[in-house]
Amino acid sequence: MDFGLNEQQQLLRDSIERFVQDEYGFDARRRIVASEAGYSPDHWRTFAELGLLGLPFAEEEGGIGGDGVDTMVVMEAFGKGLVVEPFLPTVVLCGSLLKLAASPAQRAALLPGIIGGKRRLAFAHGERRARHDLGHVEANATPAGDGFVLDGTKSVVFGAPSATDFIVSARTPAGISLFLVDAAAEGLSLRPYATIDGARAAEVMLKGVRVGGDALLGPDGGALPAIEHAVDIATAAVCAEAVGCMQAAVDGTRDYLNTREQFGTRIGNFQALQHALVDMFIELEQSRSLAIVAAVHCDDADAAQRRRAVSAAKVQIGKSGRIVGQSAVQLHGGMGMTEEMQIGHYFKRLTAIEQTFGDGDHHLARFQAA
Amino acid sequence: MDLRYSAEDLAFRDEVRTFVRENLPGHIRDKVAAQQHLSKDDYVTWQKILAGRGWLAPHWPREWGGCDWSPVEKHIFDEELNFGNCPRIMPFGLKMLAPVLLRFGSEAQKQRFLPKILSSEEWWCQGYSEPGAGSDLAGLKTRAERRGDHYVVTGQKTWTTLAQYADWMFVLVRTDPAAKKQEGISFLLMDMRSKGVTVRPIRTIDGSTEINDVFLDAVEVPVENLVGEENKGWTCAKYLLGHERSGIAGIAYSKKMLDKLRRVAAEETIGGKPLLEHGPFRDKIARIEVELMALEYTNLRALANETKGNVPGPEPSILKVRGTEIQQAITELFVEAAGPYAIPFLPEALEGGSNVESLGPEGAAAFAPHYLNWRKTSIYGGSNEIQKNIVSKILLRA
Repeated sequence: MDFGLNEQQQLLRDSIERFVQDEYGFDARRRIVASEAGYSPDHWRTFAELGLLGLPFAEEEGGIGGDGVDTMVVMEAFGKGLVVEPFLPTVVLCGSLLKLAASPAQRAALLPGIIGGKRRLAFAHGERRARHDLGHVEANATPAGDGFVLDGTKSVVFGAPSATDFIVSARTPAGISLFLVDAAAEGLSLRPYATIDGARAAEVMLKGVRVGGDALLGPDGGALPAIEHAVDIATAAVCAEAVGCMQAAVDGTRDYLNTREQFGTRIGNFQALQHALVDMFIELEQSRSLAIVAAVHCDDADAAQRRRAVSAAKVQIGKSGRIVGQSAVQLHGGMGMTEEMQIGHYFKRLTAIEQTFGDGDHHLARFQAA
Repeated sequence: MDLRYSAEDLAFRDEVRTFVRENLPGHIRDKVAAQQHLSKDDYVTWQKILAGRGWLAPHWPREWGGCDWSPVEKHIFDEELNFGNCPRIMPFGLKMLAPVLLRFGSEAQKQRFLPKILSSEEWWCQGYSEPGAGSDLAGLKTRAERRGDHYVVTGQKTWTTLAQYADWMFVLVRTDPAAKKQEGISFLLMDMRSKGVTVRPIRTIDGSTEINDVFLDAVEVPVENLVGEENKGWTCAKYLLGHERSGIAGIAYSKKMLDKLRRVAAEETIGGKPLLEHGPFRDKIARIEVELMALEYTNLRALANETKGNVPGPEPSILKVRGTEIQQAITELFVEAAGPYAIPFLPEALEGGSNVESLGPEGAAAFAPHYLNWRKTSIYGGSNEIQKNIVSKILLRA
C-alpha cells in the first residue's frame, strides 16, 4: 500500500495551495462572494492556465488525464481556501457526465471551451420531491420532430447563475435521459440566489425548451447509471473539500487556543478545551481516511464497490463535519459566531456539504445496500 | 407524588391560551411562527399588551407588579406564550436588571427604573462581555473614574444584544484597578444617549445583526446611577447571572419547535412517503423528545425546590447545558428535514412581512440561519463549559 501522492500530484497540490495563499485570503474571498457574478473570472482564467479545468479529461482531448486522487488533491486545497468558483459543477460533475455519457462529437464540441475557461457548466437535476434520490425525475422530455421539448423545474442547481451550458435530466418515454441545453435557450429561466456558504445556485425553470436530437447525452432512457457514477465522483470530491475545511478549522482552532487568554492563561491550558480539540482532530483523521478511499474508488466501474466506498465517506464526513464545524465555533466563543472570522465560514461550507449529494442517513442506507 | 395538573392549573392554562388568542396581533404571531425578524415595535407592542393584563413581570414581587404564581403556573404561562407564537419577552430589564435593583438598588433607583421597565418605555441592554473578558468576565477592563458627582467611563463592551434598540445599559466597570480582580468592579446604569456611546453592529454567521460592539469614550454617568456599593458590583453581577440562567433552558420553546418540525417532516417526502414516517428520522425526533421530557420534569423539580426556599444549586447550570443542547439538536433536524433546500440563503425571506417565496418546505429559508444562529446558545449566558465548571465545583465540594 502507498498513501503518498506522486510527484505530479504534489506539484498540483503545491500550486493550488500557493494560489489559495496568494489570491484567496479572507478579504479577497469576501470581495468575490459579494461581487455580482459571485465568482472571479480572473481566477477562472488562472484555473485554465494551471490546467485545472482539463483535470479529468484525456490528454488526447486536451486534458491532463487526472483521476479521483487528482481531484481530491485539488478539492482539499480548495476546501482550505473556501474557493467558490464553479469548479465542482463544471469540471467534476458535468465533466464526469461528459466523460461517461457524451459522444466523441459532443465532447469535441464542448471540451475545448471548458478546458480553455470559456464555458462553465451546471447539472440541472434535483427537483422539489427528489430529496436525495437521484432516480426521482419528473421533468419531461417530449419527443418532437428529430428532437425534444423539455418542461420542468430543477432545484438548487449549483453554479447555474454563471453557467453557459446546462446538462438537464428529464424523462422521455424511454426513461431518465440527459440533454445538453444552452443557457440562452428560449424557455429556460433562472431564479438565482446565494447559498449559505457564499456560493451561487438557482432554480432552473424549463418551459417548452426545444432541443435537437444531438442534444441527447448518452442513451435515451438509460442515463441513471451515468448520473449515479458522476455524482459519486462529485461526492468523493466534496468529501475531499470537507477534509480541507476541517483541516483549516482544526488548525485555526488550535491557533486560537494557543493565543486567546482568559483567567490569566492561554485557554489551551484548560483540559476540557484540549479534549474538544483532540476530538475534532480524530474526526478529521477519520474523515481523511475515508476521503482517500472514496477518491481511489470513485472511478471504479464496479458500482457496488464504488457505492460502498463513497457512501462510507459521506456518512463519516457528514458526522465529522458537523462535530468539527460546531466545535470550532464553540471553542472560538463569540468570535466564532461572527461573519468577520473565517472559522464560521468553514462551518457553513461543512453544513452545506452535509446536505449536498445525500445526507448521512441517505448514505448509511446506501452503504448497507451496497 | 402527583404529576397531574390540578383543576385550577387547567383553568389557568385555558385563561392564558384564550388571552393570547384574543390579544396577540396576527401580523406579529405570523412573523414569530415563520421565524422572521421582529421589529422593536413588535416586541414593545406585545409587552404592553401583557403589561395591560398584569402578566409582564410575573416573577416580580406583587407590590411592583408581579403575580405570585406557583412554579407550575409559571411553567404553564411560559408554554402557552410559546405555543401561541408570542414574541420573546425581552429579558434585559425584566429578568436581569430588575432582580438586581430589587435586591441591591436604592429606593430612588427602584422608583425611577422599575415602572419604565414594566411599561416597556425604556429598553435595556446588557454591558457585560468585553473583547478580553468573555468566560473570564471578572477580567473586564472598562474603566470608570469618579469625578465629582459622576463617573467617567471608557472602554468597550461586546456581544451586546439589541443595543441598537436600547435606551439604557447596565454596565460592569472597573472602579479600582489596584484591587483583586472581582473586588474592583462596580455596577452602573448608563443612558445610551450619553455623549461618547457608539454602537456598532456585528454581523453573525446567519446574516443577522442582533449583537453589537458598544464603544464607551469618556461617557459620564451620574453617581446616583451606581447600584449597590462602589467596588461591590461583582455581587450584583453574579446575582444577575443566576437569574439569567433560569429560563434559558427554553423547554416550552423546544416543545413548540418539535411540533413545527413534525409538521415540516409530515409534508416532506422520502421515497414517496412522509419523512416523519421514515425510521431514522422518526427515531431522532423521538430521542430528542425523551430528553426534553426529562428536562421538563428536571425543571419542574428545580422550581418546586426553589419554592420551598432552598437556594438553587447546580440546577440552573444543568438546565442551561442540556436545554441548549436540545434546542441545537432540533435546529439540526430542521436542516436535515429541508435537505438540499437548507442550502439557499434567502435573507430577504426572513424580514417581517416579506413576500419572498421560500424554496422547498414552507419557511425553509429560516432553517439553516436558525441552525447557525443557535450555536450562540451554548456560548452565551456563561458558556456550557463554564456551566460544567460550576456544577463540578459543587459536586466535588460535597
